[in-house]
Amino acid sequence: MKRFKEALEAGDFVITAECGPPKGTDISELKEHAKHLLGKVHALNVTDNQSSVMRAGSLSISKVLLDMGHDPIYQLTCRDRNRLAIQSDLLSAHILGIKNVLCLTGDSISVGDHKEAKAVFDLESVQLLKLVDTMNNGKDMAGNDLKGATGLFAGAVVTPEANPVEPQLMKFSKKVRVGAKFFQTQAIYDIEKFKTFMEYSRRFDTKILAGILLLRSAGMANFLNANVPGITVPQHLIDELKAAGKEKALDCGMDIAARQIKELKGICDGVHVMAIGLEDKVPEILKRAGI
Amino acid sequence: MIITKQKPFEVIKEYLRDNKKVFIVGCGECATLCKTGGPDEIAEMAQMLRDAGKEVTGGFVAIAPCNIVGTKIEMKKQGEPVREADAVIVLSCGAGVGSIAETYEDKNVIPGCDSLFLGNTIRVGSYDERCMTCGECILEETGGICPVTTCAKGLLNGPCGGMNNGKCEISPDIECAWVRIYRRLEKKGKLDRMEKIHEAKDYSKHTKPGVFEGEKYAKMRKRPEGGKR
Repeated sequence: MKRFKEALEAGDFVITAECGPPKGTDISELKEHAKHLLGKVHALNVTDNQSSVMRAGSLSISKVLLDMGHDPIYQLTCRDRNRLAIQSDLLSAHILGIKNVLCLTGDSISVGDHKEAKAVFDLESVQLLKLVDTMNNGKDMAGNDLKGATGLFAGAVVTPEANPVEPQLMKFSKKVRVGAKFFQTQAIYDIEKFKTFMEYSRRFDTKILAGILLLRSAGMANFLNANVPGITVPQHLIDELKAAGKEKALDCGMDIAARQIKELKGICDGVHVMAIGLEDKVPEILKRAGI
Repeated sequence: MIITKQKPFEVIKEYLRDNKKVFIVGCGECATLCKTGGPDEIAEMAQMLRDAGKEVTGGFVAIAPCNIVGTKIEMKKQGEPVREADAVIVLSCGAGVGSIAETYEDKNVIPGCDSLFLGNTIRVGSYDERCMTCGECILEETGGICPVTTCAKGLLNGPCGGMNNGKCEISPDIECAWVRIYRRLEKKGKLDRMEKIHEAKDYSKHTKPGVFEGEKYAKMRKRPEGGKR
């Protein structure tokens, strides 16, 4: 299987999935899940204290995945570290052999489990992307020469179903201008809206991987609609999950995900499958999607 | 103005656990407007202190306790009630507490309020933060809406993915600063401002601690006694 960057540049339909580091030092389950995905995905994202919940670091887990034979996408947020720490971590990532970095602002502290913490946000996603480009060109943010430049492939995120979408699209264009080579989108459920976004994004030289979020029940879909910005699960999918019944809901969700991947195949450059703890189901979803 | 909130009386009582005689200072500027340190609040505080068994030697509303020298002169004029007090409770922002604390190093000078932010008045008792004195104003580029202050993350390049139907990730009651900026710039026909890539903020513009020596007043630069930092 080609590495992530090569596959994107070759124009292949690229598959990525993601895994969240554990809260603690036991990585046996994470490794077990990752093992199922070897040879099935081009790259595996490692989330960075996602939802502002403290966990093992994305840098160390990226290295663990790299050693297993995966091509990790190291997620890096600006919430918990200032520009010194970020640059230091980017150098570390390169030294460890990590090639891909997903540049994120990060969720608010207030949604997480350490609400009393000081939020950093010394930089934000656009500035972080620009910084990766600067370091790839052998300089640090202060203009000093690096003894050995980084060689990182930088990506970003976008929410095509944001409402209103215009400010989001303007930020998307900024991200491309400062060096985002690929985008992984928030979960897509409205294909027509996504097609409109793709028409817009095709004006820019960047690759788009559509987000697929595995639905495991009607309750989960309702929760997403009520709580997660930029996600709108349509009623007909909720009805479909409900009709499947409790026992078969997950199976039904896997069918939905597989169907979405099939539909998206001719539209964008790849898909990013978020199974949130059910990474072991991803190979089966891909099989049902005919990949 | 500086928005303040009075501390719970239980906390104040605990601060004064070793003191018998207390003098109260209010603030004629922000704390009066906030209704945390005006004449009414001084009277209420005096009553609560008496009920708690303290002797209140006196109290007054200083013109602006953040003015170090001016307040020192005003306090001296108060005479015996200040001299005999072993504690001074200051109903103002922390700046006022700071100036009085350095004038009376031998007394227990305590804060009666918590300082919240530099606020705009919506109506009495209701305030919003629109500026956080960051040291480098960018309001021309953002239609007069400050993203450093009113975006929960202080983002400079547009909304984050947490924006939901025009609202902020942290609360559905808070408008997304960048959606507001977008709409304001749209009205002004200045949407091109949204395309600008803002560099990382220069945090050295906001010195900590803040120090400013205005050129205009160079002749007065010799800092008066008691004006130490």
